[in-house]
Amino acid sequence: MFSLAVFFHSFGPLLWAARYTLLISVLGIGLGLVIGTVICAARLSPYPLLRRFAAIWVSFLRGVPLLVQLLVFYYTLPVIGLDVPAMVAAVVTVGICASAYISEIWRGAIAALPTGQAEAAVAIGMRPVDVWTRVILPQAVTLSLPALINELILLVKASSLVSVVGILEITRASQAQAATTFRPLEVYIAAACIYLLINLCLAALGRYLEHRTNV
Amino acid sequence: MVAASSVEMRKVNKYYDKFQALKDIDLSILPGKVTCLIGPSGSGKSTLLRCINFLEEYDSGEVRIDGQLIGYDAPNKKMSGRKLREMRRSIGMVFQQFNLWPHMTARENVAEGLIRVRRMSKAEAQRRAAEALVKVGLADKMENHPSRLSGGQQQRVAIARALAMEPKLMLFDEPTSALDPELVGEVLSVMRTLASEGMTMVVVTHEMGFAAHVADQVGFMEKGELVGVDSPDRILHRPEDARIQSFLRTYHERNSF
Repeated sequence: MFSLAVFFHSFGPLLWAARYTLLISVLGIGLGLVIGTVICAARLSPYPLLRRFAAIWVSFLRGVPLLVQLLVFYYTLPVIGLDVPAMVAAVVTVGICASAYISEIWRGAIAALPTGQAEAAVAIGMRPVDVWTRVILPQAVTLSLPALINELILLVKASSLVSVVGILEITRASQAQAATTFRPLEVYIAAACIYLLINLCLAALGRYLEHRTNV
Repeated sequence: MVAASSVEMRKVNKYYDKFQALKDIDLSILPGKVTCLIGPSGSGKSTLLRCINFLEEYDSGEVRIDGQLIGYDAPNKKMSGRKLREMRRSIGMVFQQFNLWPHMTARENVAEGLIRVRRMSKAEAQRRAAEALVKVGLADKMENHPSRLSGGQQQRVAIARALAMEPKLMLFDEPTSALDPELVGEVLSVMRTLASEGMTMVVVTHEMGFAAHVADQVGFMEKGELVGVDSPDRILHRPEDARIQSFLRTYHERNSF
């Protein structure tokens, strides 16, 4: 029989664990945005060496599963003599992995803009920094918003993988809960509900932002 | 009368890989004069126009604005970005696709260059932008985004955006080609006013009526060559070159019914 009591009782510890899920996702996408923007700039730069580096960065990080990246990174650190908390390792790995996707999202949005947009700014004598910050990026942000929200939702789900390095986020907490209650079904359904709830909120946030930036 | 620039092109060549887009272009434009460029599509009219503000980089020859070489300090030595921007400030350009910035209102589109390039205060830029929009007949559309404007209105905002910078030379790249026929008139009328005020204008166009009535000289281009430059009458009504005759015959056939 499905025990409603266990189901509802699971929410307490799982919601408490959700703070790690959220922390890793939000910090991960933040770091991913910063690195991804730099990688995208390198990819679009006039310097062949930088472009090459950015291309390799993207294909490597997209080509290796996040779980494997996590394990490699986590077990490499002690070898090179770094004692880094699991949480930091997790955020850095998730952020680096996200940067590959985010740089491609940016690149796509920038490429989608008509060249005339920048030309009009160049023709009146605007500096490259103004052309980028006033004309190209504001439009690229609007264009890439759906894809960025999508990436954030993917990260929330992918954060379940960091349980392998011992962080007590939703998935790991539900495993523990399932083991102590002997009621895996109720616990995992509760976990599913929490993931769903988080992502529905993010989707709503995305719709709100899209609506606001639409002109 | 506005301060107006002269343009001098000497032996200008432009290649896209092996394809020669411009062949030894010689063209003189006096201050305050209107020059129209006509010819079949792909003949190099737009490329020539875009060389004048160095949006297109020519490979050899000289383009001088008021005697000053644009794009290069010396042959094969590119001009610094700063110097090029300085020169572009006084050259306005209007594009076939308007190229308004969709995330800004009409007024913000016009004010942007004043704030970023001419370093005006926001309030002063907004005031000047409003003036420029009134001049092109858009006093009641200032706070609209481009998506809420007709093609003709968008192109007039684009003209106002260029004019607000107080240019001494205006380049028009097929300004009415993307417009519905009934909206062409409002844009041409703004351009006619500008011409009468003594602005130097170079206009790539398929509007033969405009060329005939407003231009001081008309240039005909084909396959990267400037085949002839002369008065509108001599090019449009009494052309001697067989290529111009053939182009105009096609044009008339298409426009007769």
